[in-house]
Amino acid sequence: MAERRNDTKKEPWRDPSASAYVELQNVTKRFGDFVAVNNVSLKIYQHEIFCLLGGSGCGKTTLLRMLAGFETPTSGRILIDGRDMAEIPPYERPTNMMFQSYALFPHMSVAKNVSFGLEQEKLPKGEIAERVGEILDIVKMREFAQRKPHQLSGGQRQRVALARALAKRPKLLLLDEPLGALDKKLREQTQFELINIQERLGVTFVVVTHDQEEAMTLASRIGVMNRGEIVQVGTPSEIYEFPTTRFVADFIGSVNMFEGQLIEDLPDRVRISSPELGGVVYVDHGISAAPGANVWAAIRPEKITLSRAAPADTAENCATGVVKEIAYMGDLSIYLVKIGSGKIVRVTMPNIERLADHERILWDENVYLSWHSSSPVVLAQ
Amino acid sequence: MIRSRHWFSKTGLWLGLFFLYAPIISMVVFSFNNSRLVTVWDAANSPTLKWYGELFRNEQILGAALLSIRIAAMTATGAVILGTLAGLVLVRFGPFRGRALLSGMTTAPLVMPEVITGLSLLLLFVALEQLIGWPATRDVTTITIAHITFSMAYVTIVVQSRLAGFDNSLEEAALDLGARPAKVFFRITLPLIVPAILSGWLLAFTLSWDDVVVSQFVAGPGSTTLPMVIFSKVRLGVSPDVNALATILVLIVATGVVASSIWMRRQERRREREIQMAVAANK
Repeated sequence: MAERRNDTKKEPWRDPSASAYVELQNVTKRFGDFVAVNNVSLKIYQHEIFCLLGGSGCGKTTLLRMLAGFETPTSGRILIDGRDMAEIPPYERPTNMMFQSYALFPHMSVAKNVSFGLEQEKLPKGEIAERVGEILDIVKMREFAQRKPHQLSGGQRQRVALARALAKRPKLLLLDEPLGALDKKLREQTQFELINIQERLGVTFVVVTHDQEEAMTLASRIGVMNRGEIVQVGTPSEIYEFPTTRFVADFIGSVNMFEGQLIEDLPDRVRISSPELGGVVYVDHGISAAPGANVWAAIRPEKITLSRAAPADTAENCATGVVKEIAYMGDLSIYLVKIGSGKIVRVTMPNIERLADHERILWDENVYLSWHSSSPVVLAQ
Repeated sequence: MIRSRHWFSKTGLWLGLFFLYAPIISMVVFSFNNSRLVTVWDAANSPTLKWYGELFRNEQILGAALLSIRIAAMTATGAVILGTLAGLVLVRFGPFRGRALLSGMTTAPLVMPEVITGLSLLLLFVALEQLIGWPATRDVTTITIAHITFSMAYVTIVVQSRLAGFDNSLEEAALDLGARPAKVFFRITLPLIVPAILSGWLLAFTLSWDDVVVSQFVAGPGSTTLPMVIFSKVRLGVSPDVNALATILVLIVATGVVASSIWMRRQERRREREIQMAVAANK
C-alpha cells in the first residue's frame, strides 16, 4: 500500500484545482445565546485524516455532530461530495460516526452490532455475514463475535465501535475522541493501527480530540479550534513550528514567550527588543507588522541551548540565568531557568550521553541560554 | 452499650414484622378453621381444607376472579402503551409548550383521592352516554378505562426514570447507521426499556387487580370484580371462604415476588462475573 501513502503525501490542499470532499461554508451554530461554532469555513480532502483539536467547549464536537447530521447549522452550508447536506437526515448521509462512549448496543452481540448498518441496506444475508467477518478480521475481533458488549474490555469495545462504523464502507468516518477511554500504552498502539486501517480502506477521517499528541500522530492536517472558531489549519509540523497566534503556540506543546517591540523590520530579518528577555531577539525571516508594534517572540524549549561557557555572540539571542528546577525524564531533562527579568524560561535537553554528575548542569548554577536565529517565531496577536 | 442497642434494634425489627404480617398470618391460619364463625377456632376438627373446596365450587367467586384477571390484563396493556408514550414525550421532547402541564396531569392521579377519580369518571361516562350514546351500559369497558386512567401514571413514572438514564448516543448511533427513526425505536429504544415496561405492566396489573373504590363507581350489573365480591361478602359478615380466597391471593403474589427477585439476582451475578472475566482477559 505504499502508493496510497504517496497519494496522501501529495497534499491536495496545496493544489488549488483539487476539489474538496467536505466543505464548510461560513457555518455557525448557536444554542440560545451561546455561539458554539462561529463562522467556520473549511475544506477537507479525500483520504485525509483531519483532526479538530481544541479544549473542552471549543465547539469541535458540535462541528462533528453537524457533519453527522445530529445538529443543523444556524447559518452556513455543509457540502459533502458536492451535495448540500441541509435537508439530509443522519440516516441518509454518506458518513458514519464512532462515538466517544462507543454507543455499542448493549442488547446485541458484537456480530449483531457490526451487521446493524448492513441490515439497514437490505443486503442478502450471506453478504452481510461475509462483510461482518471481513471487518472483524481487520480489527482482530473475530473470535469475540458472539460476545455481548459488557463482556469486552475497553480496548475491545473500541475496536468493535470502529468495526461497526467502518462496516458500511463510508467515504467519511467521523471519530469523536476515539482513543479517549484507553490507557496510554494501548492508545499509542491503537493510533498506529487507526492510521493503518485508514490507509488500507482509503476512508477520509475527521477526528475530534483534545489531546495534542494524538492529533500530531494521527493527522494529515490539524484544525485548531478556540471559542467556536478555527484559529489555524495546517500540517502537524506547520502548527508546531509556525503557529500564527499565541493561543496556538501555547496550546500545542510548550513554549517560551517574550513580549517586545519591533526595532528593525526588513523582508529577510527582524529584530525585537524585549525587556522581558533583557536583550534583543534576532530572527532571520521577515514578518508583516508595523514597526514599533508590540509583538511576541515564541521559542520552543528544545530549541534553546544551555551552557556554562558564553556562546560566541552574547549581544543577541542570548540570556543569562540561574537554574531553579531540573526534571529528569529519562530521554530528556527539563530545566527551569530564572533570567534577569525574573521570568522563568523552560529548556529541554536530550540526554544523549551518560554524563558524570560533575559534567551535568545542576541547581543554582549560572548558565547561558542561546538559540539559533531561525528558531523564534514572531507573533503579532 | 452495644449490647443494649443490639437488643433495641432486635425488638424494633420483631415489632415491625409483627405489625406488618400478624393480620395476614392470622388470616391464613383461620382459613384452615373448620368453624363457620371466623373468630372461633374449632380445635376439634381443624385444620381443614373445607373452605378451599367450597371456594372452587363457588361460581360467583370463580367468575369474578376471571373477570378481574381479564380487566387487569387489559388495563396493564393499555396503561403500558399510553404510559410509555407519555414518558417518552416528557423525557425526549425537551421544553415544549405545556410540558409542565402534561407532567403534572399525568402524575396527578397518584395523589388524587380515589373517590374523586371514581366519581368524576362516573359523571363523564353518564354525560357521554347522553351526548353520543356511548358507553351504553357500565361494564368491563368502563372499568378498564377507569383503571387505565389511574394506573397509567405509575407506568409513566417508571418509564420516565428508565429513559432519563438512557444514553442518547445509542439512538444516534442507530440513526447514523442508516435506521429510520421508527426502526430505531423498535430495535434500540424499546428493547432497552423493556424491563421498565414489564415492571410497569405488573404494577398496573396489581393496581387494577385490587381496586375497589373506582370500580364501585363505574361498574354496572354483571360486572363485579373479585375485590368487589370480597367487599360485599365481608359487609354481610366475614365468611371463612373469604379467608381461603385471600390466602390463595397472598400465596400467588408471594411466589411471584420471590421468583422474580431470585431470577434478577442470578442475572446480576452472571453479569458481574462476565465483566470481571473481560477485565481480567485484557491483562
